[in-house]
Amino acid sequence: MTATQHEPGRTGRGSDAPASTKPRRRWGRPTLYTSYGQEMALLNTRAKQLGVLAIIAVAAYLPLTLEDDLLALLGTGLVLAVGAIGLNLLIGYAGQVSLGHAFFVGVGAYTAAVLAGDPDGRYLGFGVSEAPVWIVAAGVVAALFGVVVAPLATRLRGLYLAVVTLGLVFIGQYFFAEWREMSGGPGIGRESAVPVVLGNDLTRDGAYTEEQKLFWLFLVVLVIMALLGRNIARSRIGRAFAAVRDRDIAAGVMGVELGRYKLIAFTISSFFAGVCGSLLYVGSGQFSPEQFGLLLSVQFIAMVLIGGVATISGSIMGALLIALLPRLSSELPAFLPFVSSSPTDHPNVFEVEVGLYGALIVAFLLFEPRGLFGIWLRIRTYWKSFPFSY
Amino acid sequence: MTELLTAVSIGAGNGSVYALLALGFVIIYKAMSVISFAQPAFMLSGAVLVSHLSPRMGFVAAVVVGTIAIAVVALVVERVAVRPMVGKAVFVIAIITIGIDIVVRVVAGAFVGVDPRTIGDPWGLDVTTIGGVQVQHRHIAAFVVTGLVVALLFAFFRFTRMGLAMRATALDQEAAMAQGVDVGRVFAVSWALAGALAAIAGVFASAGNPIDQNLWIIALTALPVIILGGLDSLGGAVLGGLVIGIVQAVVSTYHSTWFPFLDTNSGAIVPYVLMLLVLLVRPQGLFGTKEVERV
Repeated sequence: MTATQHEPGRTGRGSDAPASTKPRRRWGRPTLYTSYGQEMALLNTRAKQLGVLAIIAVAAYLPLTLEDDLLALLGTGLVLAVGAIGLNLLIGYAGQVSLGHAFFVGVGAYTAAVLAGDPDGRYLGFGVSEAPVWIVAAGVVAALFGVVVAPLATRLRGLYLAVVTLGLVFIGQYFFAEWREMSGGPGIGRESAVPVVLGNDLTRDGAYTEEQKLFWLFLVVLVIMALLGRNIARSRIGRAFAAVRDRDIAAGVMGVELGRYKLIAFTISSFFAGVCGSLLYVGSGQFSPEQFGLLLSVQFIAMVLIGGVATISGSIMGALLIALLPRLSSELPAFLPFVSSSPTDHPNVFEVEVGLYGALIVAFLLFEPRGLFGIWLRIRTYWKSFPFSY
Repeated sequence: MTELLTAVSIGAGNGSVYALLALGFVIIYKAMSVISFAQPAFMLSGAVLVSHLSPRMGFVAAVVVGTIAIAVVALVVERVAVRPMVGKAVFVIAIITIGIDIVVRVVAGAFVGVDPRTIGDPWGLDVTTIGGVQVQHRHIAAFVVTGLVVALLFAFFRFTRMGLAMRATALDQEAAMAQGVDVGRVFAVSWALAGALAAIAGVFASAGNPIDQNLWIIALTALPVIILGGLDSLGGAVLGGLVIGIVQAVVSTYHSTWFPFLDTNSGAIVPYVLMLLVLLVRPQGLFGTKEVERV
């Protein structure tokens, strides 16, 4: 950021400076990089720096303008985005197809609920109420489960792995439902963790409403996790992931330890899933074991694919779109009179909503394989080269 | 002993359903090296379609018409959504089939309706006593029909030109093309066969009970089956289906004596646990071809 100002005395890199001087950015040439570090920087152009700042500012301001129900929905989207980033690191960057993401989200959700739960309540609880503590703990416990599962993944490739992780969802759901003391059992469920930050209970309306405060909490968590995800992706680990994804044999020959990096990928992805799970039901206050089924896994895959494979910003866009899908389809009857809002008629909005996940996945894969991020790339390229078409 | 044999008979009936579904998965896998996650949807739509047809034209005719209709649906799906993706990463095609599955299932689910709907099968819950063991007619029917279908299928692969073309494509796609095999047609026939098998499986899975929206979960049990048997082994699919069906039925029967500390019957997760155990020992399944890595 500091290296972008123009210095009139210099004409070229290192012309009159020792070779150890930090390479400078040329003013007016935003895409001219003079070192690898510059190109791999977190926000490598001025436009990105300003754009990200603006987006965060707008997002932070949103709670003051939007209505609470829409805010709750967007908040869920932000939490889902954390999980989607985790899955994208695994599927998009490391190339390991997992249908078991819902299981790790469930582990995170139950860890958080148990840690924060009332020790004298009906279900298991330890009364650790501070949110940052149980958010991190949920991530760590989910990551440990990831470590346990990873050895299977290192033995299997491609679709075998997808089917095995699918089995994980069913086995996980069975034990969530079975351990009634922890989960409340199927159909009943238990209360989710109550977020308390530095002694302030965020679910109590004060100067700001519950939804507003939760949205800010989710936003902070997402920014931290997105930063973490982006940094992992551009580090040594991220490059190793890409090598494993593109050709695992070649990666192995070049000295990337396949087993080790698959283990790391599963662990990191599960950590993100755990963090996502710990916050996912904070808004609704209640959740039951059925929620961690195959549909949730497919939704996460939809977020990754619709958002854009191997992009962090794409994961966030995809998660927000999927989170808003119920709202969008509930608006449909106004435009399409044959869609009914009553659950007994067909086609109704609930069917349309579920059908849309499937249709969106198929449509994006067929027509825009790079997802929403690809659409953004097209728009960006159009304006960058305006008025020329290339 | 009687209890065990009853469990085995139930298992053989359910296992036949799994075997039919697994055959569909394996046929598609052999043709395109892709697991089609759309099978559950074809199974549900098969059952729903037959339930709508059978009051009008009788059960047997309804099954035949329904099976052919689902095969046609599978053909259309293959042509519209899968064929354009040929050559892309298998993972992408697999995910597309998940999308197709969701869409088809929602459409089929809309026709299930609120009232309980049966497929109008002649067996219901009738039983015959064979040597003191009560065997349900629907399980016998499933077992016999599956045997017949498997025999026909193997004869098809062995003795017809199309079957030969399909075996050639499974062996080496490019070499098959070079010999004049229309690989596109092989893909289409594979999908149609898989759709038809799923529809028949749907009929037997819902025989005796009203159809419900969650029928498709049964089809997912065929995934552990194909992993157990090996993704590219037709015989493994049939055997794996029966093994998983029988183990599942036996565990369900003896659940309360073996696992008294678990309240929910563990039968539902048995296939997945079995799959994990087999994979730890043999990553390519019991009868699958070991993957050879070439650079």
